[in-house]
Amino acid sequence: MTPTRLHIFRVISISTICVLLLASLALSQDEATPTTNLSTEIDTVIIEVAAPTSLIATDHKYDNGERINLQWVPSIDDLPGISTVVGYRIYRQDDGGAAEAIADLPAKANHYRDENTELGHTYIYSVAALTDGAEFVSNPTESISPEREWIDFSKRYLFLIALIVGGAVIYFIEIARRGKKLFVRKIAGLEAVDDAVGRATEMGRPILFIPGIQDMDDVQTLAGLTILGRISKTIADYDTEIFMPVSRSLVMTAGREIIKSSYQTAGRPDKYSDDMVTYITDEQFGYVAAVDGIMVREKPATIFLLGAFFAESLILAETGNYIGAIQIAGTARPAQLPFFIAACDFTLIGEELFAASAYLSGEPKQLGSLKGQDVGKAIAMVILVIGALATTIGTAWNIASMNSLVDILKTIFSTS
Amino acid sequence: MKKTTFILMAIVSALFLLSWILKAGSLSGETDNYILQGFLVTFSAFLTLSVLSFLYADNPLYKFAEHLFVGVSAAFWMCMGFWTTIVQNLIPRLSDGLSKFFEQQPQPGDYNFFFFIPVILGIMLLMRLSPKGGWISRWPLAFIIGTTAGLNFVRYLRSDFIKQISNTFVPLLGTEWQGIGHFFSNLDLSASGQLVAIAANWVIFLGVFCGLIYFYFSKEHKGAFGAASKVGIWVLMLTFGASFGYTVMGRISLLVGRITFLFRDWLEIIS
Repeated sequence: MTPTRLHIFRVISISTICVLLLASLALSQDEATPTTNLSTEIDTVIIEVAAPTSLIATDHKYDNGERINLQWVPSIDDLPGISTVVGYRIYRQDDGGAAEAIADLPAKANHYRDENTELGHTYIYSVAALTDGAEFVSNPTESISPEREWIDFSKRYLFLIALIVGGAVIYFIEIARRGKKLFVRKIAGLEAVDDAVGRATEMGRPILFIPGIQDMDDVQTLAGLTILGRISKTIADYDTEIFMPVSRSLVMTAGREIIKSSYQTAGRPDKYSDDMVTYITDEQFGYVAAVDGIMVREKPATIFLLGAFFAESLILAETGNYIGAIQIAGTARPAQLPFFIAACDFTLIGEELFAASAYLSGEPKQLGSLKGQDVGKAIAMVILVIGALATTIGTAWNIASMNSLVDILKTIFSTS
Repeated sequence: MKKTTFILMAIVSALFLLSWILKAGSLSGETDNYILQGFLVTFSAFLTLSVLSFLYADNPLYKFAEHLFVGVSAAFWMCMGFWTTIVQNLIPRLSDGLSKFFEQQPQPGDYNFFFFIPVILGIMLLMRLSPKGGWISRWPLAFIIGTTAGLNFVRYLRSDFIKQISNTFVPLLGTEWQGIGHFFSNLDLSASGQLVAIAANWVIFLGVFCGLIYFYFSKEHKGAFGAASKVGIWVLMLTFGASFGYTVMGRISLLVGRITFLFRDWLEIIS
């Protein structure tokens, strides 16, 4: 090849390569540009969906005028799997003011409860179906004002049951006051109380009373302190020493009042001392450590564990067992009862703890109360049998009247 | 102090110091404040062993741990009670000036005149410190006990009475009863089978019914009533037995946690 031809060949080759490069570059740009334009177009497209319909606002029944319930039919485009509706937004106009968004809900939502309304205000609501970038608002509701109801009729059956049980209690108190002797069966743990106090007196050793670790707002603590009133009278009569370490300041105050009153009733006010009831600490295991120490050092002959107990129950009962004290325990906490049963001489199980004060005192008021509660239990047993039989027959043989009876019973004995 | 006690205390103190030095040495490459960390780990182990020593007998080490625990926790709860209840909850609702004094941020709408009632009740409770005004403290106590009894009456009536009754409306022939012939021809003894479902419902029904009879105080437990009462107490005892085993397992896990601390964090025997 001559130099001239070689030069021409080189020029053509380089030009061809340059053209090819430019062409490929141009092609690549041509491919990219439409995509960008397409995506821009998609971003700006608004997909229309149907707004929610049939929006209804109703006052929430039996409240203080602070709730309004909303219900609607979701957008027909809010379909499972392919829905373009991402959620719903609730708008509220307060006394004719501007509409404000008050809540965002997920897709498929069909109800909402506005719990921030005020009595005397008027509200108008609307619901918007939300898509990516747009809202489709429903027709607004009629204006609505929340109303206050003075009586919560949803609890009428609870009231009725309370009335029956309460009425039975009052009736039996009145019967007992008139002098009629009310029978209460023997409760083994309580029969032993006087013996336990007597044992401590004979041995010349103190009695330890532990009222649990809960405060005065626990009914078990109250039950324990009520029994303390009866026990401390016997203790004052026998002139025995009692010691009551507590973990709550209010229990300390109440305990002192009860023991002081018992000593006064027994005619020995001079024997009472505030040191009989001592605050230790609110900390659960700090209290346990201190009471365990008191047990092994003072070696009480009798220990009463009556009240609400938690994880400390076994530690206390086991230490009492170890020092050889006679122990009478009682609690209504099912998880702690096994430990008391294992480590104590006598255990008052649940209801027996609450019956104890009536049993021990024999006072008409308390005995009447116990009898009234028994009426409640008797009613419960009858209802149990009727309910279980009706459920069984209704389920097995599909008898409509039995199923209706079960529904009625479930409505009456509903906790909601 | 007895000579043996003195010697024991000296040995324990020497061991404590030795442990502290060794622990601080082992932590020196890991943290800057290794002396403090070494002390804290050693002191935690010392307190753990002191409390565990009660298993043998009451002793000065246990007494030390007990008194330290009681003292620290009593002070802690007093401070917590003052700062969380009075300072954080009460003062912002009563006075802006007091809120500023205690560096609390009063929230809008916090002020509530009704919170003067607990203040007055609290002051009345403190009156028991006065020799002549001690009787005044009985009024707030009566208020607390009365409201507790009233509020709990409704709560327990609902949870322990009504709910128990409605939950015992169970089908005593199971939910798939199609006649005695069908039952025996398709007898299924598996856990999800009909026989087990029927047995479970009978246990619930009889357990609740006989349990109620046990707690019925107005009739002597004799004859059929006494037999049902015995079934009730058997159901209770079986439940307590299961509960005992379950809780003991939980307690053992707590013991394992302490042992792990001693052997891993303190002695570094296990990893």
